[in-house]
Amino acid sequence: MTAPTESQQLAYIAQQAADSRVNLEFETDEGMTLNIGPQHPATHGTLRIVAKLDGEQVISCEPSPGYMHRGYEKLAEVRTYTQVNTLVNRIDWLGSFANEVPFILAAEKLMEIEAPPRAQHIRAILFELSRIANIALFLGDLGAQLGGVTAVFYAFRDREFVLNQIESVTGGRFHPNFDRIGGLKDDLPKGWIAETKAAMEKLRDFCDELETLLIGNEIFQLRTRGVGVIPPEVALSYGLSGANLRGSGVDWDLRRDACPPGLPYDKIDWKVWTHPDCDSFSRSWVRLQEVRESTFIVDQLLDSIPAGPVMAKVPRIIKVPEGEAYVETENPLGAMGYYVVSKGDLVPFRVKIRSASFSNVSIVPWVCRGVYVPDVITILASLYFILGDIDR
Amino acid sequence: MRRLSSTDTAPEAEATPEAPRDDLREGLLARLREELGDAVVDSHIRPGDDLWVRVTREAWVDAAVVAKDKLHCTFFDFLSGLDWLPSPYGRDMDSQEDLLVHGAPEKEPAPMVSGYAGGDTRFQVFCRFYAPTKGYGITFKADLPDDDLSVRTLVPVFAGANWHERECAEMFGFTFVGHPQPWHLYLPTGFEGFPLRKDFPLLARRLKPWPGIVDVEPMPGEDEGDGDGEGGEG
Repeated sequence: MTAPTESQQLAYIAQQAADSRVNLEFETDEGMTLNIGPQHPATHGTLRIVAKLDGEQVISCEPSPGYMHRGYEKLAEVRTYTQVNTLVNRIDWLGSFANEVPFILAAEKLMEIEAPPRAQHIRAILFELSRIANIALFLGDLGAQLGGVTAVFYAFRDREFVLNQIESVTGGRFHPNFDRIGGLKDDLPKGWIAETKAAMEKLRDFCDELETLLIGNEIFQLRTRGVGVIPPEVALSYGLSGANLRGSGVDWDLRRDACPPGLPYDKIDWKVWTHPDCDSFSRSWVRLQEVRESTFIVDQLLDSIPAGPVMAKVPRIIKVPEGEAYVETENPLGAMGYYVVSKGDLVPFRVKIRSASFSNVSIVPWVCRGVYVPDVITILASLYFILGDIDR
Repeated sequence: MRRLSSTDTAPEAEATPEAPRDDLREGLLARLREELGDAVVDSHIRPGDDLWVRVTREAWVDAAVVAKDKLHCTFFDFLSGLDWLPSPYGRDMDSQEDLLVHGAPEKEPAPMVSGYAGGDTRFQVFCRFYAPTKGYGITFKADLPDDDLSVRTLVPVFAGANWHERECAEMFGFTFVGHPQPWHLYLPTGFEGFPLRKDFPLLARRLKPWPGIVDVEPMPGEDEGDGDGEGGEG
């Protein structure tokens, strides 16, 4: 192999310099610019954060998403409704089934059909299982980012129980693609209910474990208490949702307050947890309580599954009547909605995807102003985003 | 519109002949008309579900202020754009299987039809606010004339509009007047074109047709026999 000539080297350097100027807007003269990402392991993927520092303090902090933008809103315009289901699976990849639910519900609303009760119940069970799988990993990851490596092993170990249950129903551990317009692809396998109850038992133990190991840990509390305070009115105006909003003391859960038809949450008895502190600790604490609450929801749903078919009578080739519908559900990361515009065709005319992380992360410049550099990591971890959910 | 029934529930029973009224949303609409006057151009109510309101472009920010301050809509849900132009590529981008099943593409593009609450222009900006304490949401739309795709920014009212407007601006080519960070969010700085416009071709589909619906599954209870001619099994 010959050494590169000088001109080749110069061309390479020029290319590198051009690449680094993609976001010219971020260049500054004052202070020091710290580039976090796009491949930093603490950023959950390929989020790039450009922070301007004055000593150890952050003057401004600007996320630069888009390194994983896949253009799902455009792609959805040339896919049939069944095919779009496969795409939306990949938005929040830790709780894939939860992405399918609002899209299918929006299509069902336009078609004016409703899934049979049994399908609704199983849908809600899988919905909650994806929530548990998703947030269980968050709890472990939170520990890892704050320097407590043990929690992440516990999380990966116990999330496996949930993924196994999802896999034995849907065949897919990560991307089930199981929801259908008018019901579900299949019924539950034999013995699944008892297995799931045993898994829920284990997950409750996991919650107890992490509550003492992580949330009760003194160092963890020092790192999170009073860091990244978001008052409720600011949280609402930024469109924060889910546990981020409930961690700011806003008692609002779409499952309880505005459950769209097609999910049987009105038949379930459970508690919506909030925390008045508005800081990183309260957001993490609310998420832990949510996992435990979800296991109780799953138990109740398992006890009350009605008999019957899992699929309504729908035409084989699905044409959705003309109209517009917006369905929003309480997903693991927050409120996720699909605004579907149909022209009565095989494909949607326009799909606007309102994903939770996009709004949740847009508050980062506001909340990171003036904090110290290690607190940026705490805040990002406690806001909890999935890159696929920001970039879509 | 066909009304399809599921096997267990009986939606026919719910479909009462007289059109149901939604007093909550009628009240909201009346309040908006009172506050905004002629700026409310058109509206649509789906009883028990949703409210669409079309306002003039000049009243775009005023509508947001009224919704936030008077109608409890403190939660910023989303903001985006709509392009009502029927795709100039027609069925070109459909899968070959779709063409087999549903016939040749239409020669004439369909006329441009706007959605709920009407519209006179190709582009509309739309956004949705939600009232967490009350449990309703309002979707606002505004027409943007082709020669001036600009509208005032909502950032002073809802700080969360910042990223949504930046995304909408780069994807549709709208200008949000007064936006504090009017540069690209997702796309590289020098990107040409506006990807979510209907006349922006999806090049991946043009180069390689999507394989399409080869894996249609039979519905439960349906005969396995009728393959409709496309009996591949994915």
